[in-house]
Amino acid sequence: MSTARAEILAGIRKALRRGPLAAAEQAALEDRIRRHDRHIIPERVNRSTGELVELFLAKAGEVATTLEEVDDNAGVAGAIAGYLARENLPARLVAAPAVREFGVDWDTVPTLEVRTGSANRDDGVAVTVGMAGIAETGTLLLVSGADTPTSLNFVPPHGIVLLRRGDIVGSWEDGWDLVRRSPLPRVVNFVTGPSRTGDIEQKIQIGVHGPVRLHVILVG
Amino acid sequence: MQGSNSKAFPASARAALDDAVLQSALHNLKSGFPVRRAEVVADLPEFEALRDAGRDIKDHTLANLDAYLELYEERVTASGGQVHWARTAAEACDIVMRICNDAGARTVTKGKSMVAEEIGLNERLDASGIRRVETDLGEYIVQLRGETPSHIIVPAVHVTRQEIGATFREAHDGLDPDRSLDDPRAITDEARERLRADFFAAEVGITGANFLIAESGSSVIVTNEGNGDLTQTLARVHVVVASIEKLVPTAEDAMAILRLLARSATGQEASVYTTVSTGPRRPGDPDGPEAYHVVLVDNGRSALIGTGFQDMLRCIRCAACMNHCPVYGAVGGHAYGWVYPGPMGAVLTPSLIGIDHSSHLPNASTFCGRCEQVCPMRIPLTRMMRNYRAVAHERGLGSRRARLALTLWVLVASRPVLYRWAARAGAAALRVLAFGRGRLRRLPLAAGWTATRDLPTPEAGGTFMSRYRRGQQR
Repeated sequence: MSTARAEILAGIRKALRRGPLAAAEQAALEDRIRRHDRHIIPERVNRSTGELVELFLAKAGEVATTLEEVDDNAGVAGAIAGYLARENLPARLVAAPAVREFGVDWDTVPTLEVRTGSANRDDGVAVTVGMAGIAETGTLLLVSGADTPTSLNFVPPHGIVLLRRGDIVGSWEDGWDLVRRSPLPRVVNFVTGPSRTGDIEQKIQIGVHGPVRLHVILVG
Repeated sequence: MQGSNSKAFPASARAALDDAVLQSALHNLKSGFPVRRAEVVADLPEFEALRDAGRDIKDHTLANLDAYLELYEERVTASGGQVHWARTAAEACDIVMRICNDAGARTVTKGKSMVAEEIGLNERLDASGIRRVETDLGEYIVQLRGETPSHIIVPAVHVTRQEIGATFREAHDGLDPDRSLDDPRAITDEARERLRADFFAAEVGITGANFLIAESGSSVIVTNEGNGDLTQTLARVHVVVASIEKLVPTAEDAMAILRLLARSATGQEASVYTTVSTGPRRPGDPDGPEAYHVVLVDNGRSALIGTGFQDMLRCIRCAACMNHCPVYGAVGGHAYGWVYPGPMGAVLTPSLIGIDHSSHLPNASTFCGRCEQVCPMRIPLTRMMRNYRAVAHERGLGSRRARLALTLWVLVASRPVLYRWAARAGAAALRVLAFGRGRLRRLPLAAGWTATRDLPTPEAGGTFMSRYRRGQQR
């Protein structure tokens, strides 16, 4: 194994007509990584916070994400129950532990059956929490962790994401800056709409292996 | 080269042109992706500047690839993952098979990966008796039909929905044989239902990578269906198979290129899922794989660095070149005879398996240049195809007739006096043949050209050179 590694690296150096990088050149590369400079950021995100929310709502709508706004934490449980009723779904869901940060009082909806944890094969509805909404493309930024299981983002056919209005940012890089504030999670998901495919005659079908519906509840 | 049928390109292309089903499938492609791409590109004024940035990022990385690979490996290891290095296709397959065997794998789910096709991993898995489940809908269709992908992002582009319906009816037992599979929705739902159990049953999930990030030792996959994420989240072991040129230094570098990728590929502003993965499940994580492996594949790539074909290593596999190519649009992907079709394949295939095995592919171009116009990474595809034509000629490849014609052409074109005389004589002869009508409906030795159109004949008044001289004298 180590032979393959040595040979590949030697082959690259031979092709580049040089040996291993000198210390100063190596340091320059590591410095480039430390600076992690941005490239071109689309002009469309240069706008006020309020306008970014507008852009996020418009862009998310374009990719078939459904959205609803509630004033505060108190409205979240009702919004979720309302979604289930509208979609004719059984009053049953699996929630990320992080949902408790929204102070959701499930008791206000006594008929609702809530399990907390990661997704099982037969779960129909997941509720999780987004780290940010990215206005540039109407994208949700979801990270893995003890309180936000990644399987909730992909297994159940209905995905509900709670997002604070104040967590809407402009560009993908703005979102990544939030991720950089803590040690990098195992998984960072950028999610732009429910799953889709064009594999059959290039006719777009919404809802393939990932969620068939993606619903965002914007809080605040 | 094992598995390559590129030598048969002329015959395969002729057969493809006569295949009515294929032609109707290809028609959908030409009217779909290019239109949507043009719309989203028009919506991003920074697109051209981003193309420059993308080119520069990859050029910088390739110029320092050894150092970045070492940094990348260090950080994968630090996050609890493991990097394996493979010089060849066989070595890469050996490594994956060993990981599967160590994990006691009976079922392996796979996300879409072109490099896995390239190294022949599917055949190796199938020969070992491990159950391989392709999870991308297009790949799944192609697997059930016992075919290979004919396009790098829509693998089943050559198959009609009626054919898919018939394939599903045959493959999926235990369902009502009279069920309706006429529309794409019914087919998609059946595939979703069918693959659910496999995602949960698989011991090993294999994905490719659109990017590797040196900064954090992360792999990035970009998908629309969510199959790649289910594959790598639910299996006990996640194996990433990626070629060495997928590396970029930082997340910001990846994001700049991501703005090009989805727009160029499917005409989306962003693909549905862009996922950055770093190492195995952490303490406290409720899900995710227990082990994380990356197989770094060279398979001829390092030998391209420093050559006239290095720019090909910037390719991000978006398929814009084939979506806009009149030759791909006419013959489809299978005619190219190996994993990579279209203009990018016409350059990459000779680069990886040798021009001796693929000398027809650089000829599969009209040099109209649309591929270069749309290539987000500004890869000079036509220049490289032309260079491969020259290499093929020098090595004595190609048909005797074509070589003879080229030799004659060189003889005439490199002798100005002879060339001007021949041009005058040729123009005069064409005029005579046309009887003053200004066009010819048939021309000996050029029936292929005149079969569908008339050949305009030169106007009276002499060749360019003779007119130029007259102008100078005045």
